[in-house]
Amino acid sequence: MATRRPRIYGLLAEFKQPEQLVAAAREARTAGYRRMDGYTPFAVEGLAEALGRRSTHVPLITLIGGIAGGTGGFLLQYWAATIAYPINVGGRPFNSWPMFIPITFEMTILGAALSAVLGMLALNGLPMPYHPLFNEPRFALASRDRFFLCIEARDPRFDRAQTRQYLESLGPQAVMEVENL
Amino acid sequence: MEPEAPTPTNASAVRRSPFIQPGYTFGSVTDKIGSIVLTRRFGKGWWAGFLLAFSLVLLLMYSMTYLFVKGVGIWGINIPVGWGFAIVNFVWWIGIGHAGTLISAILLLLNQTWRTSINRFAEAMTLFAVACAGLYPVMHLGRPWFAYWLFPYPNVMGVWPQFRSPLMWDVFAVSTYFTVSLLFWFIGLLPDLATLRDRATKRAHKIVYGILAMGWRGSATHWYRYQTAYLLLAGLATPLVISVHTVVSFDFAVGIIPGWHTTIFPPYFVAGAIYSGFAMVLTLAIPLRAAYGLKDFITMRHLDNMAKVMLATGLIVGYGYVIEFFTGWYSDNKYEFFVAMNRLFGPYAPFYWALICCNLIAPQLLWFPKIRRNVVVLFVMSLVVNVGMWLERFVIVVTSLHRDFLPSSWGMYEGTRWDWFIFVGTMGLFVALLFLFIRFLPMISIFEMRELVSETSGHEGGD
Amino acid sequence: MTPLDLAAVRAKLEGKKGKHYWRSLEELADDPRFEEMLHREFPRHASELRPGVDRRAFLKVMGASLAFAGLAGCGVKPEEKIVPYVRQPEGMILGVSQYYATTMTLGGSAIGLLVETHEGRPTKIEGNPKHPASLGATDVFAQASVLELYDPDRSSVVTYLGEIRPWSALLTEIQSAMAEQKGTKGAGLRFLTGTVISPTLAAQMESLLATVPDAKWHQWEAAGTDSVREGSRLAFGRYVGTYYNIEKADVIVSLDADFLTSGAGCLRYAREFSRRRIPDVVGGMTRLYAVESMPTSTGAMADHRLPLRPSEVRGFAAALAAKLGVGVAGSSSSGVEFADWIAAVARDLQMHRGASVVIAGQEQPEEVHALAHAINHALGNDGTTVFHTDSIEARPTNQIASLVDLANDLDAGRVQTLVILGCNPVYDGPADLVFEQKLLKAGRRIHLSSYPDETSALCQWHVPMTHFLESWSDARAYDGTASIVQPLIAPLYGGKSVHELIAAFAGQPEAAGYDIVRTYWKKELGGDFEAAWRRALNDGFISGTQLPAVSVTPLSGPIPAAWGAAAPSEPGKYEIAFRADPAVYDGRFANNAWLEELPKPITRLTWDNAAMVGPNTAQALRLTYTIDSTGGEHGQIHVDRARLEYQGRTLDAATWIVPGLPDGLVVLHLGYGRSRAGKVGDNLGFNANTLRNSAAQWGGAGLRVSKISGSTYTLACVQFHSAIEGRELVRVATLDEYHANPKFAQQMLEEPPPGLTLYPNAHEYNGNAWALSIDLNRCNGCNACVVACQSENNIPVVGKEQVMAGREMHWIRIDRYYEGSGPEALDNPETHFQPVTCMQCEDAPCELVCPVGATNHSAEGLNDMVYNRCVGTRYCSNNCPYKVRRFNFLAYSDWDTPALKMLRNPEVTVRSRGVMEKCTYCIQRITKARIAADKEDRPVRDGEIVTACQQACPSEAIVFGNKNDSASRVAALKANPRNYGMLAELGVRPRTTYLAAVRNPNPELEKGGGHGA
Repeated sequence: MATRRPRIYGLLAEFKQPEQLVAAAREARTAGYRRMDGYTPFAVEGLAEALGRRSTHVPLITLIGGIAGGTGGFLLQYWAATIAYPINVGGRPFNSWPMFIPITFEMTILGAALSAVLGMLALNGLPMPYHPLFNEPRFALASRDRFFLCIEARDPRFDRAQTRQYLESLGPQAVMEVENL
Repeated sequence: MEPEAPTPTNASAVRRSPFIQPGYTFGSVTDKIGSIVLTRRFGKGWWAGFLLAFSLVLLLMYSMTYLFVKGVGIWGINIPVGWGFAIVNFVWWIGIGHAGTLISAILLLLNQTWRTSINRFAEAMTLFAVACAGLYPVMHLGRPWFAYWLFPYPNVMGVWPQFRSPLMWDVFAVSTYFTVSLLFWFIGLLPDLATLRDRATKRAHKIVYGILAMGWRGSATHWYRYQTAYLLLAGLATPLVISVHTVVSFDFAVGIIPGWHTTIFPPYFVAGAIYSGFAMVLTLAIPLRAAYGLKDFITMRHLDNMAKVMLATGLIVGYGYVIEFFTGWYSDNKYEFFVAMNRLFGPYAPFYWALICCNLIAPQLLWFPKIRRNVVVLFVMSLVVNVGMWLERFVIVVTSLHRDFLPSSWGMYEGTRWDWFIFVGTMGLFVALLFLFIRFLPMISIFEMRELVSETSGHEGGD
Repeated sequence: MTPLDLAAVRAKLEGKKGKHYWRSLEELADDPRFEEMLHREFPRHASELRPGVDRRAFLKVMGASLAFAGLAGCGVKPEEKIVPYVRQPEGMILGVSQYYATTMTLGGSAIGLLVETHEGRPTKIEGNPKHPASLGATDVFAQASVLELYDPDRSSVVTYLGEIRPWSALLTEIQSAMAEQKGTKGAGLRFLTGTVISPTLAAQMESLLATVPDAKWHQWEAAGTDSVREGSRLAFGRYVGTYYNIEKADVIVSLDADFLTSGAGCLRYAREFSRRRIPDVVGGMTRLYAVESMPTSTGAMADHRLPLRPSEVRGFAAALAAKLGVGVAGSSSSGVEFADWIAAVARDLQMHRGASVVIAGQEQPEEVHALAHAINHALGNDGTTVFHTDSIEARPTNQIASLVDLANDLDAGRVQTLVILGCNPVYDGPADLVFEQKLLKAGRRIHLSSYPDETSALCQWHVPMTHFLESWSDARAYDGTASIVQPLIAPLYGGKSVHELIAAFAGQPEAAGYDIVRTYWKKELGGDFEAAWRRALNDGFISGTQLPAVSVTPLSGPIPAAWGAAAPSEPGKYEIAFRADPAVYDGRFANNAWLEELPKPITRLTWDNAAMVGPNTAQALRLTYTIDSTGGEHGQIHVDRARLEYQGRTLDAATWIVPGLPDGLVVLHLGYGRSRAGKVGDNLGFNANTLRNSAAQWGGAGLRVSKISGSTYTLACVQFHSAIEGRELVRVATLDEYHANPKFAQQMLEEPPPGLTLYPNAHEYNGNAWALSIDLNRCNGCNACVVACQSENNIPVVGKEQVMAGREMHWIRIDRYYEGSGPEALDNPETHFQPVTCMQCEDAPCELVCPVGATNHSAEGLNDMVYNRCVGTRYCSNNCPYKVRRFNFLAYSDWDTPALKMLRNPEVTVRSRGVMEKCTYCIQRITKARIAADKEDRPVRDGEIVTACQQACPSEAIVFGNKNDSASRVAALKANPRNYGMLAELGVRPRTTYLAAVRNPNPELEKGGGHGA
């Protein structure tokens, strides 16, 4: 059973107001559901917590990227100016480090920014052109004015009938089955 | 053109008035902004504007070709004035770019919700301005086909760039600035691209926006990481934007030439950049909100705030002017002092006084709320400041060089028609890109407007 | 158009040999298809293939000229055996330059030269250290002559009425001409030459004229020395040559004589003068009084300068003579207004009897020369500072009279055959002779000249003349030393020398110049001729041939009062003075781009002459100027035009205000306004000859000047800003001040101590530390260094438009500053020259800002410029406090003209468009010497490296060397208390430093303030 891929991706409950979604999410979690996610047209406060998301790694990645960029930037200049091709420029010493600061700084920023963005995308698994949720026409409203809660079929407590009942008990606009073609 | 929404006039009202006219819902906000891109048809006005701008782009192409064939000798530059329009325009464009980053990053950190409705096109403006600026360093080279020598790459010659040169700092600062601004802008666009993808009816739209949206589906988890990253970017962009114009100012401050060799330059340049940047935002925002009926989103209160920022930065710049002369006099350095006097009374004095009028005197009108709330005056004012800031850069570059240490080598500089063609050409490029932007991308951040709706209009978000 | 492939080109070139090969390639280069192929093959060089820009069309046209294409086989060695100066003739080592001695003549003077050749191509002119008239120095004309050698505009074929004729056709013409004339003893035969100082030519002429006794030989120089000649006759009763020993003179009085930079022997005089301008020189510093009209280098060097109109100088001379007891009948009324001046000068001269000299200018009337002779004699200077010899001229002639005579004969139809040898009377003859009309009355006109010029246009026969670097000849230097002119290269454009043409008239058509000169000297020298000849060719001159001094005494008795009488000045009228141009002389160098673009010593004008007036005169005439906002003070000045009316002839000329030029005087330089000079020299400036007349060839009173309102002209001036703005760039003191405080220059501004830096001694220079020292007390602004540098370093010419844009390329420039207070400031300012090279700063601001490291420091402390790394940001130039860097804003170097390729110094890169360039202390010479030293495993000796500017300098103002070598001259000069670094207060630690100027004013005149009366 666990080996066979479920025919449907999950059940999708549509709400009108962000607060309803947050409440529903909290409910579902206390009801023991784990494999679920909320879908909203903008970042709804408290939703992630309600779904039990813990801290993300993005800041750490950014920090590492920044440090790497900075040291890389300085070492490049130091190496080029003192080891690879040392030349007497205007009587300045080969390692005139104060003049290497600006580039070091810029490289720090560049490294950090790139890793922040790419890190975020990577963790989010983007780009992902296809996703089962897109099979549900009404899901298009998730980027307009509707708020969705999806309990995925992978959830151990998932049961087509019961879960649907449970979701309807949360007072959504509608509950839909999301197919997994 | 939609009827002008009732705009409050008296000061307190403006201060209290919301950043979005009441009555909007998640849906209506989304549709109103999205429709400009998806359904609204290209008006005659758009075509006229775009074609005009594009003809200037053609002029730019022509001039650049001639430039590359003949050499920089077609410009007015000479010895002693080795830098002219190219560098002046470079600094000017870069400066303009700064407001965008400032609005999107710094105001975000400061939690200024009013940024929401202007940050998107302010960022676009940044990108396009930096793109225009980026052309000049390449064009002004005597041998532009070797421009890549300014990048550190392993090569058979075994030589590397000379990292002590402020021009190298420019290369890194500007390219970093462009990259980060682009990321910032694109990340900001991502959810809106998803919206467009979902709203799109035309197949082409579906495909293009579908690809660009990267499959964004507004998952709570994604939103969570997304916001962290966005905030971090803002945190990074803030010191970056400060550093960029600082580095640009180093091009001069590191030089030995009296009039350049000044420690006040970094802060004074940064302030000037923000000054000119906000002026440009106003120059763009005022016609846009009228043309696309966005007065409800870009309200009087926005204009009022931007005017205030201009006033503040304008005063900082003014302080810079004063200090320049103070140091010229206080240093008791005959060369410095001469440059100061030469600016006031020398052959380029008219430029100097013009810039004082544009940057220092005229903006004092902004102390009066009535002026700040008079759209027309504000628009004119923004143009005046843009001119003034260009003149400032001209004065800094040219008047310092044209009479330096040895009177024997004193000379003068005047832009040739090619200087002007290229300058006007980049303006055309800038405007053309903006025209494309407002047609193909949401010029206001939709998802952030939704947030604004949910914050201001409480819970009536749904329809 | 079918694209053409290399194979086809090769096919086309097949079977073409040698000269044809090159001509074909030229044709191909002009072939659009070939060009297109080039564009395809080398896209990046496509733009560089085009020479320059349209506005520099003259160079483009040079490129287009095919006339000379045959020569590009290059390095055509002369058939005759000539002897290299330093190395054995056999075995020319490729890449190693050889030096040959030769001689250049100009007007009545000759200077000995050493010419550097690469693979048989003369590339650089240098002075012959052994030659008495050169002492190793050169003037601008000698330096630039090598460009003229390769000038594609030179004529290359014999023509008859413009059609090409073989040499043999001319010979038959000559034979028939002589046949006719033999009958009439040559009554209808006339020869017109310049001043002849060639013994060989003289002998040829004499023997020729012996066969046709009634033929006449006329001589004419537009910038001639008639008054000098006539003056000597007036004083001594016969023609006498006079030269001076300036080094022995304690007091020098110049009566409108620019003896330091013009006239025979000027190089030697400058050298001798400079030797006595060292403050603590043995025998004390010399004192120079200059009475002059047009401000000149000599006036600038003077301790006291008195601006007088030429007509007033005569009165001054008479008054001075009277003061010195030289009898002047009656009391000269003139000269009272500057009586105190005269008194002081006279007293000074009296105190230095036998050690003083009074020199009269060649433009001054013969009376002034006579007076000068009388004064020198009275002061006992003859034999100590003044020497009289027989004239060095083969046949001293009153040339203006001679020309008038010829004109009359022509007019009267007495001339059947006129042979003009190398002169251009149609252009430079006095206007009143209307030579261009009278010339046509001669039935047969044969003109020998190096360019098809104004005169050639009116002669049926035109014969190309060889350049002196292509032909054999000889000449007598200022002291009579016979100097040999030996060719460095076979005639590039064919051509005949004067000797060969005269020989043809003498019935030896196939006599080669070599044999003519050699046979002459074989006769003269006798003895072991071969050895002597070989030595003569090696040295460039025949030692011991200077003319013996003759003892002559000026005619005693009272000097007519008329001499002293100032010319009557008509009210409302001005005085005009003509002068030889400091750059193009009398116009013969008009097609020489180096000279055209050379900033003239005082005015700093290029590419033009102008009617020069003093500030007050300008005010009276309401003459104004405006500075253009492109280029500005360092570029283009728009000036008013004025109409000059002199003796019924008018000329509309641009005006130029020259401080220190006396009131009521207009000075006009010769040599401009030429219509057939060549692509470079046509229609530049204004032709002064149209106002000249035979009665007063150097000008006179009675000139009408009127401003032409609304009509302006644009002049290219590289330094219009003359005030020094109270900056301590040039540092000057009087001799007394110097003795009181020798370190005055160093104390004017404190120099930051070496330790005072963020990075103390980051780099030590322990090996060679090259440095330059320039003595402002010696430099007289003659410009020789500028052209020498241009020649040595392949510096391109940019053309008038580019100069106007502020883009001239000279690596060394001579800045000119005026100093003075009150009315002095304008009417008679003190003039300072300051040669500015790259300072080779140890902490160079330019290097720091280059993003690609194209300019950085060598281990020997040179500020190296890596051309092929430069991307052209121009940041270095902006950051150079001295603005010595030069930028190729456009493709300035001519990449196409084969002749100009031959001219180039192969050891110096030809810079492409978009590249920065600057003075490198002639690094190619440094390297050459270093390699030589390394081979012999020894340090470079002091004086082994001589920079081009140093070499050319007549007054030894520039000294190069290793400042770490305590024994070197440069080290000694750096230790000199007068040594200071310009702008050293910036902490850039310049390697080029200056020796402050010290003036030696007469205390009596000091109260008048600084300089003048």
